[in-house]
Amino acid sequence: MTAALETTGLSKRYGRTWALRDCTLAVPHGRVAAVVGPNGAGKTTLMRLAVGLRRPTRGSVAVFGRAPRDHPASLARIGFVAQETPLYRDLTVADHLEMGRRLNGHAWDRPSARERLAKLSIPLDRRADELSGGQRAQVALTIALAKRPDLLVLDEPVASLDPLARRTFLSELMGEVAARELTVLLSSHLIADLEHRCDYLVILSDSRVQVLGDVDDLLATHRVLVGAADGTTPARGIVSSHATDRQRTLVVRSDADTPTPPGWVAEPISLEDLVLAYLSEPDAGVLPGPEGPS
Amino acid sequence: MIGFRLDGRSNVVPYLQLVEQVRRALRTGLLEPGDRLPTVREVAESVSINPNTVLKAYRQLEHEGLVEGRPGQGTFVVGSLAGPSLASHAVLRRELRAWLRKARAAGLEPEDIDALFGTTLHAFETEGAA
Repeated sequence: MTAALETTGLSKRYGRTWALRDCTLAVPHGRVAAVVGPNGAGKTTLMRLAVGLRRPTRGSVAVFGRAPRDHPASLARIGFVAQETPLYRDLTVADHLEMGRRLNGHAWDRPSARERLAKLSIPLDRRADELSGGQRAQVALTIALAKRPDLLVLDEPVASLDPLARRTFLSELMGEVAARELTVLLSSHLIADLEHRCDYLVILSDSRVQVLGDVDDLLATHRVLVGAADGTTPARGIVSSHATDRQRTLVVRSDADTPTPPGWVAEPISLEDLVLAYLSEPDAGVLPGPEGPS
Repeated sequence: MIGFRLDGRSNVVPYLQLVEQVRRALRTGLLEPGDRLPTVREVAESVSINPNTVLKAYRQLEHEGLVEGRPGQGTFVVGSLAGPSLASHAVLRRELRAWLRKARAAGLEPEDIDALFGTTLHAFETEGAA
């Protein structure tokens, strides 16, 4: 089956700086993929290339098998919400919907857009600059969903929202994914928000893909080991190591069958701890391959 | 209809937490054959989790013969875990509440009670088996 988003050696250079290098990944259809990494790691560049806003310097990007920049029809299948969820501040919510309808033609799903906004109690006659941050994000999501996309790309959609608005936004998103075949590419700094919601993980570091894979597979093949600071550390598979004067905490690659080394207590790992371990060790990585998770 | 929740600190993976909540509801008679489970969309939205996790939980329950998906209608309870013991639940719950009041009066926190109950149950079962 064709991946929803597939990139091969995808690279983008701005002037002398490589914003993205050799990015090869495939996000299967129906997944909610998280893109995480430090600022400047290439998240926004990857997303702009995926939605056809930028042309690759090298390599290729395909959405449902087609390069978005060369096939305008494939753009109709992509919904995109840029960072800061930009709206036209002087226009009302209804104006935005009308603009979406004119730009998207018959594919525009006005009834469900109005239904979503009514459910969230967002008045149609309200101007964009009179909306709260959470409401603005919801309007931007509604517009992106109203064109009935098959791939939804969200660049830091919840970064500026308070915890309740974040949860509402992400719950709505999960509902939409359940309602129809929708693949989501979502970048965020708030790793805890991604836990239990994303099932595919892309960690970008220094413009390259550092970790790539199914979240359940990654969580099943990593453990946290806690032991004495002066204990003998396992010889292989250490991702990160942190110690206080007495205690050492390791994140290691090992599956359920791997015996816990003597002197250590093994605990399951959370998505947040896994991401933090790799972010703190840019040289460690997990990529699909002969010995990596597939 | 039952509501699901996710314990973020639990070591049990999310889909099994959902499975266990349905099993528990069946055991206590909160869910009975014929009841409809919330849709995958409803659970994904209310718990705010990936719908594939909910699907996985429902598939597991189906595999165990406890629920059945009916196309276009939803997922329905077809099995039961409430044995003949269900009738005694009310009395036992009343006695347990009385005991809990005593435990709280003696200064035990919910975590202490949980630990005490867990270890006592474990010891009881171990002795019983021996």
